[in-house]
Amino acid sequence: MMKGLKKWHFFSLLAALTVFLSGCGQKELSTLLPAGEVARDQFNLLLLSSGIMLFVILVVVIIYVIALARFRRSKLGEDYMPKQVEGSHTLELVWTVIPILLVLLLAVPTVYYTYKLGNVSAMGAVDDDGNAENLVVDVTAKLYWWEFEYPDLGIVTAQELVVPMDEKVYFNLAAADVKHSFWIPAVGGKLDNNVENVNKFYLIFEEDSKDLKDGVFYGKCAELCGPSHALMDFKVKTMPRAEFDNWVAAMQATEGNTADPASADQGEVLFEQSCIGCHAVSGVGQGPMGVNEAGAMGPNLTAFGDRNRVAGFMDHTEESIKEWIVDTQKHKPGNLMPSFDHYTDDELDAIATYLMGLTVEK
Amino acid sequence: MSTAAQKKGFGATLWEWLTTVDHKKLGILYFLGGGFFFVLGGIEALLIRIQLLVPNNDFVSAGLFNQLITMHGTTMIFLAAMPILFGFMNVIMPLQIGARDLAFPFLNSLGFWMFMLGGIFLNISWFTGQVPDAGWTSYTSLAITSEGHGMDYYAIGLQIAGGGTLMTGINFLVTIINMRAPGLTYMRMPLFTWTTLIASAMILFAFPPLTVGLFFLTFDRLFGGNFFDHEMGGNTIIWEHIFWIFGHPEVYILILPAFGIFSEIFPVFARKRLFGYTSMVFATVLIGFLGFMVWAHHMFTVGLGPTANAIFAVATMAIAVPTGVKIFNWLLTMWGGSIKITTPMLYAIGFIPSFVMGGVTGIMQGAAPLDYQLHDSYFIVAHFHYVIVGGVVLAVLAATHYWWPKMFGTMLHEGLGKVTFWFFFIGFHMTFLIQHWLGFWGMPRRVFTYMDGQGWNTANAISTAGAALMGIGVIVLVINAIMTTVKNERVGNDPWGDGRTLEWAIQSPPLFYNFPQTPLVRGLDTVWIEKQEGNESGITPAVPLQDIHMPNGSIIPLLMSLGLFIAGFGAMYRLEASWGLPVLVGGLAFTFLTMSIRSIKDDLGYYVTKEEIMNDLKREGGRK
Repeated sequence: MMKGLKKWHFFSLLAALTVFLSGCGQKELSTLLPAGEVARDQFNLLLLSSGIMLFVILVVVIIYVIALARFRRSKLGEDYMPKQVEGSHTLELVWTVIPILLVLLLAVPTVYYTYKLGNVSAMGAVDDDGNAENLVVDVTAKLYWWEFEYPDLGIVTAQELVVPMDEKVYFNLAAADVKHSFWIPAVGGKLDNNVENVNKFYLIFEEDSKDLKDGVFYGKCAELCGPSHALMDFKVKTMPRAEFDNWVAAMQATEGNTADPASADQGEVLFEQSCIGCHAVSGVGQGPMGVNEAGAMGPNLTAFGDRNRVAGFMDHTEESIKEWIVDTQKHKPGNLMPSFDHYTDDELDAIATYLMGLTVEK
Repeated sequence: MSTAAQKKGFGATLWEWLTTVDHKKLGILYFLGGGFFFVLGGIEALLIRIQLLVPNNDFVSAGLFNQLITMHGTTMIFLAAMPILFGFMNVIMPLQIGARDLAFPFLNSLGFWMFMLGGIFLNISWFTGQVPDAGWTSYTSLAITSEGHGMDYYAIGLQIAGGGTLMTGINFLVTIINMRAPGLTYMRMPLFTWTTLIASAMILFAFPPLTVGLFFLTFDRLFGGNFFDHEMGGNTIIWEHIFWIFGHPEVYILILPAFGIFSEIFPVFARKRLFGYTSMVFATVLIGFLGFMVWAHHMFTVGLGPTANAIFAVATMAIAVPTGVKIFNWLLTMWGGSIKITTPMLYAIGFIPSFVMGGVTGIMQGAAPLDYQLHDSYFIVAHFHYVIVGGVVLAVLAATHYWWPKMFGTMLHEGLGKVTFWFFFIGFHMTFLIQHWLGFWGMPRRVFTYMDGQGWNTANAISTAGAALMGIGVIVLVINAIMTTVKNERVGNDPWGDGRTLEWAIQSPPLFYNFPQTPLVRGLDTVWIEKQEGNESGITPAVPLQDIHMPNGSIIPLLMSLGLFIAGFGAMYRLEASWGLPVLVGGLAFTFLTMSIRSIKDDLGYYVTKEEIMNDLKREGGRK
């Protein structure tokens, strides 16, 4: 938190206070309460540009108000004939040069931050043993859910991004069907998931999501992608590096997990019959980005019980799971999961209980 | 004129309007057509805001919501803002340059009918239930996978309407370059004519990319093309470039005439010459030029890389300079003047702070790294409504009040005009100011609903309430227009009293040949100069009274457009209905047939004789 923001610190605090008075939004998804270096750089740029722009507005408003107050026909008389002024070279020069200076003032940090935030040269760096130095996450956006794959760690999850704090996390972004856009407002600006190429950028997460209202940051799809664009939310869990390593180990330990058709658990049996074709329950897996490898048609459910939402936006309750399974189109129109409306209530209960039991954190 | 028109039957009047090539009548048709679509787009906007009034609302479905936002954007830009501005350009620009009509009256009519039938084509989608739903930008990964014929209506409808726009743009260009009255040098042209010239030049360069893009889209969707299918070697990002190479100039095509309108209104109601005329002209030209250099600022998050982003960021900021020059020139026009707050002036005064706010948020988004946060959030929704509603729509409403007497010969009620203004102005700021913060608070645009508990509820409710006020404002305006028309109290040449440009020196509405004698222009604000020198008529004729050559009306433009309109349906249903292909071919053949008739048949127009002109003048003289 203390790194590299000395000169901005006081200014930011002061300005943050001012903005707070006019409403800062909620910590888990407001760009005005940055929870990482990228978002803070962007927030500082917001403060700088707002400052310049408020100055411009102020100047305009002052001239405007005085002109409107002083030069009214009702005051000057119906017959008053103003002097027909052609213009003034001095004045026109003044309001050409000053805006140029103001624009330059904004252009310099803009160019600086554009290159800074676009720098992904460290992405493929490896240490002496050939291990990747930085965490890389492959994000594949699909109708209407998010797949997060950790290629160097050999694990994959969905809908809930888990990341360590206080280090650069690099992202590869792609879309599997139509264009989407990956946005975690509190942590940094968005970048598009295109269908034909992989976009790269980094984010730094500096606050523990444990302290937030729901224990997660909110992520959004920011590009119109069909009827359920509005529901294509994801969540972000941030944690200290040590905790993250534990989580990775727990995920890796699920290798080979599958649903047992002979299980005593009715939910597991039903899951094996109907669900596992699309939803894996092992967090270990790898595949080229954007390609649906077997078992990854739908979101990976290995850590489903640890998640914050059902289907990315519904309350994380067994009730929601059952409602979702019975009629997916009602809740997320246009999504690709078929509805399963032939189950009895008991069977639905069993599936919901089984799903809630899928956890790596507990 | 008016007494003669009343004697005609309904059929004859209808025929006259369907076949007219008179720029004033076509202008009124543009104005009415655009006004109709403006109300339609407004209703769509209200439905959008009702849906977003409360979280988890189910007033409209997710699919219908996407159709509403797509049609709202497309309608407002292509079918409302542009045609209404074209209406004013059509009626007023030839009057300002002392011309009798546009250079190509027949083409003018064709341009109008293509716009109108293209707009109707697009909106017929509502009756088939297959409505465009990929946003007005129609990014292609979504647009080519969108089911049903919705996006086909978009591609073909805009193709037809866009063709009309391109033609009319060229028509305006040729008219201004060739048909200015003697003495009207470029640097004496009124600012509205200047901005029409620059906007038309921009149309000339901006619409062909749209045409190409829409053809690609049509071929991808209907004829097995693969321009945008990345699995077949196509590329969707190309569409984004093509669209914005058109789309960014397009917003300047809209805002420059708006600047022109306000540049007419400020001098008249401040009774003072436009401050810094020369710099206003150069600022207009510069904005027109820079408008083509900044399209990728719509694409900062596409992943073009830091170098492209940095270049386009700085280029975008550069536009602030000429725009700033304009703002200060308007302020200084008022400074030292004698300001009379009429309804048009009220809009002009409301425009300055509204547009400045829209402008500065544009610069903020020009800062690429900051735009990563603001792009596709509600902040951008607030920004472009501030420039388009705060700039273009306020200009359109101002011009409606300002030029109504010149177009229709009556005055809109000033009191009701001010009521409209206050409802609209307060409602506008209420709707869109708060949306900047919704963007800051993480709300993406184009969402059909939002979950409770994200802190967005109050702001959205305020926004919806504001939209209702804007709706009331527009209703009052419509009532005002109807009342004024029914009362039919005729006004003289210059009802505002301080007209400075040529249109205020002739009848309201003008005779069908505009000027009995072509005027001589002796400077900027020529009517003002003449009046200051004691010439009450405001005009010095440049030529003796002589016979006037005028074009004949023609039904062919409507028929040509109709052929394209019919062919559009054929193209859409070619594969699924047996009548598809014949209708496609038949429609196109019909258009070619009408084109050949036009080419082969000589139509040399007719002459208005000196005697008729003398009679008209006598009658006008007697009425005063």
